[in-house]
Amino acid sequence: MSGESCGLLHAARDDDRVFDRVDYEGPVARWCSGCGDHSVLSAAQRLLAEKQLAPENTVFVSGIGCSSRFPHYMKTYGFHGIHGRALTIATGVKLTRPELDVFVVMGDGDCISIGAGHWVHAVRYNVDMVALLLDNEIYGLTKKQTSPTTPQGYKSNTQPRGSYLPAMNPLEATLGITNASFVAQTAEWIPAHLFATLKAAYEHSGFAFVRILQRCPHFTADIFGEAAKQPDRVEILEGPGGIRVEALDAIYKNKVEHDSSDLAHARALAQDMTAIRLGIFFEDESRPRYEETRSIPQHSAHEKMELLEKEFERYAV
Amino acid sequence: MKLPTVGDRTPTDQDVTTYTVDDKSVEIVSDSGEGAQKCGQIFGAVSAKMGNGVWTVEIIPAEVEPPPRNPAGASGIRVRLGSEPVTNWGDETNLVIAFNEQALLGRHRLNALADDATILIENMWATHPDPEIRDQWSAAMEELSEKDYRIVEVPMEDACLDVVDNPRRGKNMFVLGMLAWIYDRDLELCRAQIADAFRKKSPEVTERSHRLLESGYRWAGEHLDFRYRIPTMESKREMVVMNGNEAIALGAVAAGLELAAMYPITPATSVSHMLGDVFERFGGVVHQAEDEIAAAGVSIGASYSGKCAFTITSGPGMALKTEFLGLAIMTEIPLVVVDVQRGGPSTGLPTKVEQSDLLAAIFGQPGDAPHVVVAPATIEECFHVMTTARRIAEVLRTVVIVLSDANLATGVAPYPRPLLSAEWQSTPPDQRPIPEGQRPYDWDPDTGISRRFIPGQLGGEHTVTGLAHDERSKVAYDSAVNVRASTMRSRKLAAFQSTLRPPPVNGDEHGDLLVVGWGSTKGAIEEAVERARREGLAVSSLHLTFLSPLPPGLKEIFSHFTKVMTVEINYSDELGDPFITEQNRRRGQLSWLLRGATLVDVDCWTRVLGEPLRPGKILGAIRDNLPKGGSA
Repeated sequence: MSGESCGLLHAARDDDRVFDRVDYEGPVARWCSGCGDHSVLSAAQRLLAEKQLAPENTVFVSGIGCSSRFPHYMKTYGFHGIHGRALTIATGVKLTRPELDVFVVMGDGDCISIGAGHWVHAVRYNVDMVALLLDNEIYGLTKKQTSPTTPQGYKSNTQPRGSYLPAMNPLEATLGITNASFVAQTAEWIPAHLFATLKAAYEHSGFAFVRILQRCPHFTADIFGEAAKQPDRVEILEGPGGIRVEALDAIYKNKVEHDSSDLAHARALAQDMTAIRLGIFFEDESRPRYEETRSIPQHSAHEKMELLEKEFERYAV
Repeated sequence: MKLPTVGDRTPTDQDVTTYTVDDKSVEIVSDSGEGAQKCGQIFGAVSAKMGNGVWTVEIIPAEVEPPPRNPAGASGIRVRLGSEPVTNWGDETNLVIAFNEQALLGRHRLNALADDATILIENMWATHPDPEIRDQWSAAMEELSEKDYRIVEVPMEDACLDVVDNPRRGKNMFVLGMLAWIYDRDLELCRAQIADAFRKKSPEVTERSHRLLESGYRWAGEHLDFRYRIPTMESKREMVVMNGNEAIALGAVAAGLELAAMYPITPATSVSHMLGDVFERFGGVVHQAEDEIAAAGVSIGASYSGKCAFTITSGPGMALKTEFLGLAIMTEIPLVVVDVQRGGPSTGLPTKVEQSDLLAAIFGQPGDAPHVVVAPATIEECFHVMTTARRIAEVLRTVVIVLSDANLATGVAPYPRPLLSAEWQSTPPDQRPIPEGQRPYDWDPDTGISRRFIPGQLGGEHTVTGLAHDERSKVAYDSAVNVRASTMRSRKLAAFQSTLRPPPVNGDEHGDLLVVGWGSTKGAIEEAVERARREGLAVSSLHLTFLSPLPPGLKEIFSHFTKVMTVEINYSDELGDPFITEQNRRRGQLSWLLRGATLVDVDCWTRVLGEPLRPGKILGAIRDNLPKGGSA
């Protein structure tokens, strides 16, 4: 951000408060037991504690859906908005208050379906925030309807003979958007990887898009529920610009060498949906950030009125 | 039809008759892209600067470049000049300058021209090499002969060729020169106004335009036998001249609004053009969003963060923003929404005026969504309404919808230069830490008003939600909370309404007929009422600025008139039409509203002609609708 219009990003606080994870914990979450949302909530609270973010300067914005209850369970500022539009609200927050840390939490219906237009443009705007796609490949809150990421043939209440079309590939789509600057995938059932990915996303300057593969114990338990028990199905991206979680080496042995600055390779890796590939697919901090494309001057009320008087001269009779 | 009188002789000074009039309309019509509007705007601005009352209205086809020489594609502008302030576009036009006969036919067929109008028309088409065009010309002249027009052929293209290579670019400045001679305009002012209009183009454009201006002026002086003098009134106040969209944009700056998010839509877009030009110099942000919904979302996000933001759109965009308006009302986030109304439903008449969004603006949000709706009536009010709207939005923590329309958006008129005050730029919201125990919706039981918590405020952490919620902003589904929260949101409107005054009656406070209007029709209605009163009719009018909540005292005011009738630019059934009865008649939108609010049998006279109401037509409606036994 330009220093002229706002404070420095992630500026150190000038008080001596020390935050613990519990300082970010709101009321007990009302998600189902076994829901992946719990894991993401914990990782986010751990991240905030690690980064010592002041709760009052942190905003979680969400849309509508199971995962969009997320802000209610944080003890920060939160905005539980409307279905599909979280990114627009977050953009408004960040354009006016760039010094705030903004996290957006969306489900697959929220982000990929009803809010798809905003997702595409938010990626292009590249406004500095963390966007989490909590993807359980089904509509949960409304009780098991097909989502754009539901696997082809998977039965739901709206497509009882099975989803008609191949599932949308959010990673491939995001990597295809002009000006994408950070695209990663992780899984809620691997907390260490989830945390490391969220941390990298937070540290990224620009729009950090993280797809989190997630179990829904009620409606898609047989999708990621099974995968969670089979570490062999997971491939971890490693290499320059990637994240490295040594503790996972013993369990997750499949590694894919990948340089996160290599967009073509990232797209190739993202294309294959049969593999569960986790890691940073792409990162480029040099991409222009929308909020930095202009320098907005600061004027006092009196200065503005003086300028306005001059403007009126052009219209004077 | 009178024969052309020029081209074959040079009138001497003795031949020129100067008519002194206090009210005159001129239209310039052309194909799109020929610059008729630019010509009229400059002419209007110069006239305003010389002290005339002025109102200009653009005649805009919906396409950028519709097929040329087509009556439906007529593009142009009407400029009404007066000795006194002009508040509307008037009735028929008295003088027309037409670049081709087809554009002229378009206006003729809409009855836009006075029966005895003088028409100056480019005559190159009469002798065009294409026989089809020559035939069209002849047929048009035949059709035009229905009326008693005085048609004067002008070889515009030929005359321009003396000055420029491509007369299509610049014919409008030649026409401006002719107008300058006819109305005796100050040429220096014309030159200065041209230079300002083309300030972003190369100096050659201004220089060429100046030569064309002088050429047109000279040609008119050598060939025309009539001039008009419209006496000017000395104005005691300094005036500025602009259109309603420019006034809204400057009003937004004056109001201290700091973020404007929008998606291009006619006829609202020119506000964004204007803002794009000036807003960021003042420290504001203009965000062109990916769609109408996002524009609302970004505005709400900005307002939530402590600024006051606004979004600007037209009817179709309002429809798309609806869900977000409900969210802002539910979460009590201040937001100003400007709706520059156009004809509808659906894509409707994108460039033309209608007042059909009133009920949608007030009641269009699902669920109970109390908020404020205000309608500026003049270009001056377009400027000031933005400060008013911001204040109300912030004090009440709600949505304020400003209903402008295409008539105000493109109408240009002078108004007293605002005496700016830095106090209009409200101070930023209180950012001090929230004291222990204070809640984000501590509704004052009498007013429903509560303090706004802003991100960054220590101790104020909470999550706003569109779900039903209690004072702590906690999701709550129980009846008591829902009833209380609904009551508090509604009470804000009642508390606000208690601060409004009854609107002033224009004319006597007792009479046979009270005409009630809202929005941009004020000038035309008041002119019609004044003419009716000069005829001895006991007619008054009332103009409403606040539509939600309605101001107090309406029932009392209505009770002093035998009949109350709204005049609006929206659709209503006519009694006497097939199937239409008193019960099933669909009425003008304000009429619906007033009947519900006052239980008075408010009648309506409405038109959806795709043009501003003409005072003469309103006068006709007044005569037709006077209750029997009235004073006429």
